Amino acid sequence: MAKRSNEPILWVLFSAGGVVAAFLIPVLLFLLFLAFPLGWIESPSYTGLLGLVRLPITRVVLFILCFFSLFHWAHRFRYTLYDGLQIKHLNQLIFPFCYGGALVGSVLAGYILWNMG
Amino acid sequence: MADTITLEVTRYSPELETEPRLQEYEVPLRKDWVVLDALNHIKDKVDGSLTFRWSCRMGICGSCGMMVNGEPKLTCATFLSSYAAQGRIRVQPLRYFPVVRDLVVALEDFMGKLQSVKPWLIRKEEKPLSEGEYLQTPEQLDLYKQFSMCINCVLCYAACPVVGLDPGFIGPAAIALAQRYNMDSRDQGAQERMDVLAQHEGIWGCTFVGDCTKACPKKVDPAGAIQQYKLTATLDRLKSFLMPWGAK
Amino acid sequence: MSGARQDPAYTEFRPRWYRAHVSTWWWMGRWSYLKFILREISSVFVAWFVAELLLALTALSSGPQDYAGFQEFLRDPVVVAVNLISLFFVTFHAITWFNLAPKAMAVRVGGKRIPDLWIAGPNYLAWAGVSAIVAWFLLRA
Repeated sequence: MAKRSNEPILWVLFSAGGVVAAFLIPVLLFLLFLAFPLGWIESPSYTGLLGLVRLPITRVVLFILCFFSLFHWAHRFRYTLYDGLQIKHLNQLIFPFCYGGALVGSVLAGYILWNMG
Repeated sequence: MADTITLEVTRYSPELETEPRLQEYEVPLRKDWVVLDALNHIKDKVDGSLTFRWSCRMGICGSCGMMVNGEPKLTCATFLSSYAAQGRIRVQPLRYFPVVRDLVVALEDFMGKLQSVKPWLIRKEEKPLSEGEYLQTPEQLDLYKQFSMCINCVLCYAACPVVGLDPGFIGPAAIALAQRYNMDSRDQGAQERMDVLAQHEGIWGCTFVGDCTKACPKKVDPAGAIQQYKLTATLDRLKSFLMPWGAK
Repeated sequence: MSGARQDPAYTEFRPRWYRAHVSTWWWMGRWSYLKFILREISSVFVAWFVAELLLALTALSSGPQDYAGFQEFLRDPVVVAVNLISLFFVTFHAITWFNLAPKAMAVRVGGKRIPDLWIAGPNYLAWAGVSAIVAWFLLRA
């Protein structure tokens, strides 16, 4: 029992991230980073947007989005490096880069969202 | 349709060379011939030294798997006429396996992996004969029937890039067969198999490329079996984490 | 005679197996492999979105000037190009994800396996629904 790997936990994070990213990112990316700045759709006012983001529910949803999406990237990218570039022997570097990076990003996201003022 | 078609066949003789090469043969293009017929024609009439595996010639023994124009195929089920337009067919040994000679590959690695998942019914306690046979409803059969269709032709291994990249990966057919027994109502060996499958490479090397399912001539859907098993293994891990005192 | 016979590691009764090396470019050899790698690469654009989102939130909380500056950044042609490509990849991720999800879940009703479309379909509808809700909240802000 002890030698069972910890992959299941990482896989679950990857799966949850895949679901969250699939549902939320396309519409958010389209609106926030293309439609609004390029004027395709009338963007909300600064105060309106700030007010929306400051709501506790928004902060929680955005944190969940960031956390799981980053761990989704970490897991998928790790295997892309193993299989795509065949550098599995560099696992000692790859593993912390991926999951450590996701953790750092999540902490950063938490910090920014907490301090939205 | 033209009279003949060209086959480019891998030749490899370890006594004579260090690397395989391609040799061309012109074979009759008969409407009802499969690639295996062409290979047997070459061996019988043209070049008796050509070496390849085959047996039932009807798609059930799994012996005649080879790469045909880059796709893993059963050569007894692949018609020459499908390639009439190109005029040439490249026949090579199954990818990601060591080549022993010409079109014959070494399957010891696969056999070891298959055996490691214990593809047989495991019982903790056997019922005494007096209690009669193990009964199974059609619904219970349906749970694993698809996975039982595997003929061990290893076309799925030749399709899976992870097999080539990761020697520890148990591979599509072995995992599908493990599932065949895990899902069988008469089996009690799921935990025993999990010890092998849930190791780091075991099933986790799989990144759901999905080519194994595309290559399978028996519609086993090994990719589906593996993803379902990832879920099973995860739930099992969660259960043992939350309830470590639970009996096996 | 070729060098093979003089090879000390090879005897007459133990043939030397040929092991082909898997090329670094294995994923370019088949369309299905290439599609797979593109799907995996989509994760990089998912991470890029998160990074951009954090930049946007930082700009938002710094004040209207900083936020306007961030909007200018988003209008830079290079950034627009990157975001267009990102949109393609995150959409590609969503579509491949919903199409593959049914394979991982063998859902049975009354003993028979339900068709893949019955799982993928509701996922797509939910995707449309969630997107509409998010858009509504953003547009009325």
